[in-house]
Amino acid sequence: MRRFAIPAVAVSVAAGLLALLAFGVAHQGTSSSIDAKVARGDYPVAPGAHMQMPILGSSGRESLVDLRGKVVVINVFASWCGPCATEAPILEQEQRQLVKHDATVLGVTYLDNSSDSEQFVHQHGITYPVVRDVSGNFVRGFGATGVPETYVINRQGQVVALRREQLAGNWLQQTMTRILAQSA
Amino acid sequence: MTRIARTAGATALLIALVATPLSLATATATATATAAAPRASLTDVESDLMCTECREPLPVAQSPEADAERSYIRLLIAQGETKSQILKNMVAQYGTSVLGKPPAHGFNLTVYMIPPAILAAGAAILAFTLPRWRRRTRAAARAPAASVPALDPADAQRLEQELSQFRG
Repeated sequence: MRRFAIPAVAVSVAAGLLALLAFGVAHQGTSSSIDAKVARGDYPVAPGAHMQMPILGSSGRESLVDLRGKVVVINVFASWCGPCATEAPILEQEQRQLVKHDATVLGVTYLDNSSDSEQFVHQHGITYPVVRDVSGNFVRGFGATGVPETYVINRQGQVVALRREQLAGNWLQQTMTRILAQSA
Repeated sequence: MTRIARTAGATALLIALVATPLSLATATATATATAAAPRASLTDVESDLMCTECREPLPVAQSPEADAERSYIRLLIAQGETKSQILKNMVAQYGTSVLGKPPAHGFNLTVYMIPPAILAAGAAILAFTLPRWRRRTRAAARAPAASVPALDPADAQRLEQELSQFRG
């Protein structure tokens, strides 16, 4: 019996380390399950809806729950990101239409410092609310892999469309027309 | 002066004599620490940080995000912040993932605990098994001498004859 004790301990330790590794990898979380569900039309509830994030340039905090009942276009951006700068005018133009339909763009800065983000907002004349995801936990919940990314949340708080690259053409306009028509 | 008053006076004098150099020493140490806080350098600070987007050490990372981090560090250095203040500021801005060494709490604690635990376990296993192996080896070395079967008389005679040829 004693001759099996050491191998048993070694195997247990190895199994424990493997389990730990699996746990760590699983919690890195860049899941594409949201994409698959949205593509199937099986719209998932927006992750991290209760997560309170600091509002850029203010001491206040805001979460998706505070915007419940509105259609929300979440745009994840950073000031150092060229494509984010290119799509900023598209989002600002869309915001002017959205406010008339009880909808809004919500900018989320990610991997960025607040002073650079504030400068970016000022430079591009952004009027929609912007929050800071300092820990990255909010955007990781959406499986974000970088910036820019855009998610559309309907009035029921479900992710109904997303784009993991720079907004181009009239994707946003067409998507919002469809979603606002559905939720009117 | 009563005896109690004399004792109280002596105690107060003793406290004053001990406390004054102590407080002076503390004040001097604080002043020295403040004055000696080294000015942070970009090379020194960035060696403890990561490019959070490309997940590479900041000193070798080449990306717009890494450049943005470096310019922010330069700004903080220009504002006179020390290295520890800059690191705190970077965590406040970019989260803990900006740190090269993860903070020692929560799941990250495993990073600091597992390697020493494995070393300790390895040492314990060696400490336990090495003496047993040595005992077994010694026993095995002794055992064959005792257990070699005796040659039968014919073989013994033949061996003796052959050996005698070598002895000349």
